[in-house]
Amino acid sequence: MDGEELTEQETALYDRQIRVWGANAQRRLTKSHILVSGIKGTVAEFCKNIVLAGVGSVTLMDDSLVNEEALNANFLIPPDENAYRGKTVAEICCDSLKDFNPMVLVSVEKGDLSARSTEFFEKFDVVVIGYGSLATKKAVNEKCRKLSKRVAFYTVDCRDSCGEIFVDLQDYKYTKKKLEEKVECELNFPSFQEAVSVPWKPIPRRTAKLYFAMRVIEVFEENEGRKHGECSLLDLPTVLEIKKKLCEANSVSESLVPDSLLERLISGTIEFPPACAIVGGILAQEVIKAVSGKGEPLKNFFYYDAQDGKGVMEDISNSFTS
Amino acid sequence: MDQQQQQSAIQGAKVLMVGAGGIGCELLKTLALSGFHDIHIIDMDTIEVSNLNRQFLFRRSHVGQSKAKVARDAVLRFRPHINIRSYHANVKNPEFDVDFFKQFDVVLNGLDNLDARRHVNRLCLAADVPLVESGTTGFLGQVTVHVKGKTECYECQTKPTPKTYPVCTITSTPTKFVHCIVWAKELLFAKLFGDKNQDNDLNVRANKAASSSEQTEDIFERAEDEDIEQYGRKIYDHVFGYNIEAALSNEETWKNRRRPRPIYSKDVLPESLTQKNGSTQNCSATSDDDSATVSAMPLLGLKNPQELWGLTQNSLVFIEALKLFFAKRKKEIGHLTFDKDDQLAVEFVTAAANIRAESFGIPLHSLFEAKGIAGNIVHAVATTNAIVAGLIVIEAIKVLKKDADKYRMTYCLEHPSRKMLLMPVEPFEPNPSCYVCSKTPLVLEINTQKSKLRDLVDKIVKAKLGMNLPLIMHGASLLYEVGDDLDDIMVANYNANLEKSLSELPSPVINGSILTVEDLQQELSCKINVKHSVILVSRNLSVDRSLNFIYSSNQKCAESFRIGPLLSIHVRRFRHPLVIMFCHREEFDEEKEPEGMVLSGWTQSPATNGESASTSNNESAVDVTESSSGPEIASKKRKLSETQPENHKRETENVESEDDDDLVEIENPMTVSKKKRVA
Repeated sequence: MDGEELTEQETALYDRQIRVWGANAQRRLTKSHILVSGIKGTVAEFCKNIVLAGVGSVTLMDDSLVNEEALNANFLIPPDENAYRGKTVAEICCDSLKDFNPMVLVSVEKGDLSARSTEFFEKFDVVVIGYGSLATKKAVNEKCRKLSKRVAFYTVDCRDSCGEIFVDLQDYKYTKKKLEEKVECELNFPSFQEAVSVPWKPIPRRTAKLYFAMRVIEVFEENEGRKHGECSLLDLPTVLEIKKKLCEANSVSESLVPDSLLERLISGTIEFPPACAIVGGILAQEVIKAVSGKGEPLKNFFYYDAQDGKGVMEDISNSFTS
Repeated sequence: MDQQQQQSAIQGAKVLMVGAGGIGCELLKTLALSGFHDIHIIDMDTIEVSNLNRQFLFRRSHVGQSKAKVARDAVLRFRPHINIRSYHANVKNPEFDVDFFKQFDVVLNGLDNLDARRHVNRLCLAADVPLVESGTTGFLGQVTVHVKGKTECYECQTKPTPKTYPVCTITSTPTKFVHCIVWAKELLFAKLFGDKNQDNDLNVRANKAASSSEQTEDIFERAEDEDIEQYGRKIYDHVFGYNIEAALSNEETWKNRRRPRPIYSKDVLPESLTQKNGSTQNCSATSDDDSATVSAMPLLGLKNPQELWGLTQNSLVFIEALKLFFAKRKKEIGHLTFDKDDQLAVEFVTAAANIRAESFGIPLHSLFEAKGIAGNIVHAVATTNAIVAGLIVIEAIKVLKKDADKYRMTYCLEHPSRKMLLMPVEPFEPNPSCYVCSKTPLVLEINTQKSKLRDLVDKIVKAKLGMNLPLIMHGASLLYEVGDDLDDIMVANYNANLEKSLSELPSPVINGSILTVEDLQQELSCKINVKHSVILVSRNLSVDRSLNFIYSSNQKCAESFRIGPLLSIHVRRFRHPLVIMFCHREEFDEEKEPEGMVLSGWTQSPATNGESASTSNNESAVDVTESSSGPEIASKKRKLSETQPENHKRETENVESEDDDDLVEIENPMTVSKKKRVA
């Protein structure tokens, strides 16, 4: 039903994880194709995890050149200038990742992700955008949703010691264990556009502040034409202006989005390696679940903040306004 | 977050990592990336293929090499200028003493066993170095912080110890598949291929049923030129046929239980195997073949370890595996112990367990599943380890900054609880009754006339108290110690002491004696108050006499306390100097008390049960004196009896099982103390 059996080598290598998610799930993993764009610390962790898990292929997109920041948080880049001179981040990471699991096909795709056609994404089962701009995230998500094949869509963003993951599995059927029995479930995910445009007023107060803070930063970077993380404390006044406008437009108090949090996010652009490990780990678990169709997926945002130590799931959609 | 302060705390830190496996690899990587540059790492293991799915610092070419060393080399490749010192050694070695631990600012554990964790916990307390503990299984994980005087130590809340099973459940009345595995592994495999001089309970049933013990011995011994398949069938028929019939003859046992059915090879495998697939008949005794690759499955056309075999297939595997051992690995017979990476052993144990399961109406399992149970395999994935490693570093940084208010225990959940997948909780304060970090004396109730010093050392001091190199003193008299610097006379003296009963020791240990027990390496010292007692256990209104010990950290407990709603223990003065404890209950679950060892809680809750003693137990008091017992109870008696070696062997098994609601849960003093309040 699922195609060929796992080879003897695969069974031996994946023994410990097969005991976690089963042989069927492992088989599905080995046939899956993952597209990853934007590689910094957290995404490097994510890639390491899915390569170890034994996915079919990983296609990397990141044409930026290796710089000091990349060397700091990304353990896939060896600190040898001779090795990385002239190569893109994707190319270096590709070599390192292949090493972790020769059974996984790791390759590089050059060019601009947002310029790709809808058909391009059909090759993949999962698309992960790391540190993407608001425009790119929207555009790619729309293309994925246009396809008749369901492509699982994720975004991930880590700033300072915080992280955000967004999940869009469209209409998703899965099995989960409930008291020794297997139960069939179904979830309906909102698109990225919808999820970030939800009016703030009806959203429950206890919702993670990071959700709102990230939306402010998104707007700031788009308005100012900045790349991800291209900001500093000097931008704080502008950012606070945007926050004020957004709060007014949504008829909510400005206290909804603490200034201190915004300050952290724009000044701490270097990723915090422990947070990378945590967020990259959670993201990988989600992708593994989605590919295997087993286990309840995160819906639809995940937030981590090392300051309070919580890793929370937030379900944010237009259902609040009904 | 004051970045400067954080950075300087990290850069000035000297960190010890214990364990370079699943958590260790992720941790070392994250520490290096976070700016730590003085890291020591201890691990005694070498790399195996099954590690490679998550221990990403290792490659196939590294299999067989030291984990600590290879991890170090791998991390130096992307952080060449940091200082990593690796130790391919057991953390329990004497070289890692208190002075060794004192040089570190924080200790980070990535271990996979309770024993080592307790050991490190004690050394950290002795050295006054903070400890960050962690663990993962599948998608679950947690990270905890232990700072002496500020938080609980790792042992303030007792941790569950590996499950052990009563002898009779294994030999006579299995109800779960794991019981069949233990039988196949510890009894049958050991009997056929292991050390012949070891006691083996497989004999028990046979002895009782056979008219003479010589008859039994003959069956398991293979004659020089006895045909291997014939021998195999003989063993098969004996353990799955004859032994079952013998067990069935005892009606009492099966009154409330499902009767097993005897299985004979002629009914399952009418044709000879050698006729079917003459593969093994041409094997010579000299085995030049690589014994690691000898396997029954391919010879039988079985390829998928996840497949469920039926009775016939299991029987084929049983006979074929047995044949292969004798044909290809003859030299090893008599010296083998079960190893989960020994394919042939796994095949044999799987088949044997399945046939037994079939006999007892227990669901069969695949080789894959059986291997996991028999080998105590922990299921593991990279992601949980990565997450936990991140959490460990975050706590370590807090510890280095002495940010005590921010210390957290963090739980990594599979399903969100109140929206949280990562749940931080404030650590608890130290438990004032913790005998490890707060020096509360223990009370040991033991029959000082019958129990030997050896029992005390093995079952209490080493097993329960977790001491590694104990020293036992009675007043000024040294009763027992271990060490390299002892001369032969002292060693002989201590060995002699081990065999003496407590009251017969050179410095007699009797009711009211106080012993000091120490482990110098762990710098742990306990005082044990000894109370002499004989415990009688009743079941279904008939009574067994046993050797039991009970200990608690509450003096008052010794007098009268209740362990749980079904179980009460009362002490009464009866024929000085004996103190008799009654244990009266409606149900006796052998699984919960395989050794007849009953431990009470360590918390200092006031004894609430002056009331209970006399009334309810007057009936049992009458029953105290000997009662007649049939063969069924004989087997239970045996479990509780003086034949300690077998029992001790049982106790050291590491077989996992599901969690039951254990009334006399030694592991959970909180539960016990709560139950104490139940009126």
